Amino acid sequence: MAPLAVIDLHKRYGDREVVAGISFSLTKGECFGLLGPNGAGKTTTLRCCLGLTAPDGGSISMVGEPVPRRAREARIRVGVVPQFDNLDPDFSAAENLLVFGRYFGIDDATIRARIPRLLEFAGLGNKADAAIRTLSGGMKRRLTLARALINDPDLLLLDEPTTGLDPQARHLIWERLQGLLAEGKTILLTTHFMEEAERLCQRLAIMDEGRIISEGSPQALIAEHIPVSPSPLRPANLEDVFLKLTGHELRD
Amino acid sequence: MEAVAHFAPPSLSWRALAVWRRNFMVWRKLAIPSILGNLADPMIYMFGLGYGLGGLLPESLPAFGGGSYIAFLAAGTVCASTMNAASFESLYSAFARMHVQKSWEAIMNAPIALDDVVLGELLWSAAKATLSGVAILIVVALLGLTSSPLALWAIPAVFLTGLAFAAPGLIVTALAPSYDFFMYYFTLFITPMTLLSGVFFPLEQLPAGFQAAAQLLPLTHAVALVRPLLFGQIPDAPLLHIAVLATITVVCYWFALGLTRRRLLS
Repeated sequence: MAPLAVIDLHKRYGDREVVAGISFSLTKGECFGLLGPNGAGKTTTLRCCLGLTAPDGGSISMVGEPVPRRAREARIRVGVVPQFDNLDPDFSAAENLLVFGRYFGIDDATIRARIPRLLEFAGLGNKADAAIRTLSGGMKRRLTLARALINDPDLLLLDEPTTGLDPQARHLIWERLQGLLAEGKTILLTTHFMEEAERLCQRLAIMDEGRIISEGSPQALIAEHIPVSPSPLRPANLEDVFLKLTGHELRD
Repeated sequence: MEAVAHFAPPSLSWRALAVWRRNFMVWRKLAIPSILGNLADPMIYMFGLGYGLGGLLPESLPAFGGGSYIAFLAAGTVCASTMNAASFESLYSAFARMHVQKSWEAIMNAPIALDDVVLGELLWSAAKATLSGVAILIVVALLGLTSSPLALWAIPAVFLTGLAFAAPGLIVTALAPSYDFFMYYFTLFITPMTLLSGVFFPLEQLPAGFQAAAQLLPLTHAVALVRPLLFGQIPDAPLLHIAVLATITVVCYWFALGLTRRRLLS
């Protein structure tokens, strides 16, 4: 059973079709990347998978549950890092994890046992009592990742997890995500950092205007679309593929 | 098609209590100042009008139930204060959590539906309003303005009043573009209701048309329940008042949920 299977998904806002019939499926233990310029439909696809917006067509199965019908049950075994931080500013770092664990119906003793390990994982071992507003952007991202792990999920949905971070913070997140993959977690990642996709993803799909326009491993996509490097000074990379497929004009 | 789906019946779960508990945990950090802050404003009204204005009136007027004006005013103050506390929580505080802090969006990444979030907020606003109402009840009892054990029945009535004002508050929150929007609600709805529902003077003082209109206002029914209880009497037609407040709660919760689904889940 695929941790996430999306078949012919459609979503329309007014007469604009934001997701225009995409299908993809994740295999257990892999990191699958959804790449695309701003407005390609990546976040809408994730919202449909979580049951937070109703699709106009197609079917979704997440951790074996049909979505949106049983989205609540599906989310019990899923962790989410949203595009924009929404940590609870009324609580400390540790309290954020406690309160979030309660949303899953996990008993306090179990959550409290998990908190030190999760804070350690996020490099926030000495920040348990810190207020959210005192944390840097990178710390907040790491705490959000730790929060997504409070229910020990099988599947992680990460929406641009390193956007806005400096290279040090980004590399730390990548290292943590590689650790999670080594533990056997499955990850769906959206990003527009090509380096991130090349490092983390076994397979990826490039989206534009609501459609998947190419899909495969990073190496296969490069070999298929850029057989000869555009620059004699370096080998072809995923960024060349991305720009070739989605064009050079601005998207916002 | 989608509009219809947004107003589908609520699908509720016990997880709503986790949302309630989150708000309680925040409140607990500032509990004492919060209670005192909620108490100050209604107390000033009750003592100012009760003794200041009440002093000009005869000792016992039939219109005031045969007691002093401040004893008459006490029940009105309990209800108005409950209304204000429920409204503030379901407007400003809920809006902050929904729109500014994006707490609701975070919660919906857990196995909690928006239906549970809005229900949790409804129950929380009513609970906080109950604390506010009960704090005044305690002051009223300490002053000897009520002495009947029937007054204890005012506590569930106050909770129901809190629900009946939290639910419409959540409708306004679902529609609000910013905090400024809430001024309209207070100016057009809450303030007139405070003056037309028998808080400061008996409804019978109003022209007949206003008296009939007052029957549509939730605060009228709250006062009609709480005032006799504080006087040690069983209210007239209690089931009618309870039914009105409960219906307002259910209908407004459902409508607020539909509007919030439209706002957050499109």
